[in-house]
Amino acid sequence: MTGLRYVYAVCRPFGTPLQAQLAGVAGDPPRLLHHHGLVAVVSHVPERDFAEEPLRRHLEDLEWLTGTVRAHQSVIDALTVVTTPLPLRLGTVFRDDSGVRVMIEEREEGFRRTLDRLQDRVEWGVKVYAETAAPDRAEAAEAPAKPVSGRDYLRQRRQRVRSHEELWQQAEAFATRLHETLSGYAEDARLHAPQNPALSGASGQNILNAAYLVPRADSEEFVEMVDRTKDDIPGMRVELTGPWAAYSFAGEEQQP
Amino acid sequence: MSMPSRLPDPYGQGSGANLADILERVLDKGIVIAGDIRINLLDIELLTIKLRLIVASVDKAKEMGIDWWEDDPALSSRARRDELARENNELRERLARLEELEPSRRAEEESS
Repeated sequence: MTGLRYVYAVCRPFGTPLQAQLAGVAGDPPRLLHHHGLVAVVSHVPERDFAEEPLRRHLEDLEWLTGTVRAHQSVIDALTVVTTPLPLRLGTVFRDDSGVRVMIEEREEGFRRTLDRLQDRVEWGVKVYAETAAPDRAEAAEAPAKPVSGRDYLRQRRQRVRSHEELWQQAEAFATRLHETLSGYAEDARLHAPQNPALSGASGQNILNAAYLVPRADSEEFVEMVDRTKDDIPGMRVELTGPWAAYSFAGEEQQP
Repeated sequence: MSMPSRLPDPYGQGSGANLADILERVLDKGIVIAGDIRINLLDIELLTIKLRLIVASVDKAKEMGIDWWEDDPALSSRARRDELARENNELRERLARLEELEPSRRAEEESS
């Protein structure tokens, strides 16, 4: 056997086969490495790309990184359909199978604890955007009355600032309420940094970026709950992503 | 091993998924395990911060004329070398200034 071992995830043995035609990182279909009652999901990857030097270089190449991240995620997605995977961070690479086995032995207790905690649960991502374009539109509709005096100008300006502030307060109140509702339903929740809209193609300002841990069995209801909020307030957009492997909730065992 | 119960259809995932969502999780969340291949996690953290910005595909970003990463120390080794050289000079200058100040400071300490 040649090449290095790229590890995607650790999980319990599962009966259902993974979807066929899963390419995996570096085009190598993921294989299951059973050890001590756990399974490491691995691909064989070439040294020329995944040894220390080339890997570091690749990480600075956005196109390579994008492809690899997507391949990684497609394996995690496929695993999430059939079991509860503990997703590892991108770029966890060992020299050979025995290196992977040693890693499992060293951490098996933690893996089991986390797997128990996350069993049959998935993560849903919810983002709220405030459509910052809204006040501009309102302005454009009302604006044509040109200020005739300095006082009028100032008054109009004050009004614009006030309506903008109101929009923000409204957005914040909406996001807070939504987060409280969803946290109440979910088993656990995490707040992530808002995504920068500059390049997102997503319009509006991201004011809530949260992850919720939800049992599979309750997921349908959770999704409906999010759906119901969608048209609540004009100018707010709610975006749902998932089901994800429980990325945001898997890391607690990492502290020594 | 029980079969997982049915999940609702995926929202916003698969090949059309928001790249920022995926990067956020795959690079920034999940379990950190030191493998045999040691990559500098600090580099990745830096990448992550920058990559949060990128949701459009790389090609699309280039199309849009967005190529800031080429001059960005966190994303380009050339820019990082430039940045390091600049920082290095700055530190040298500061050190020189501090060394000039040092005798007077020592004198102050002794007198107090």
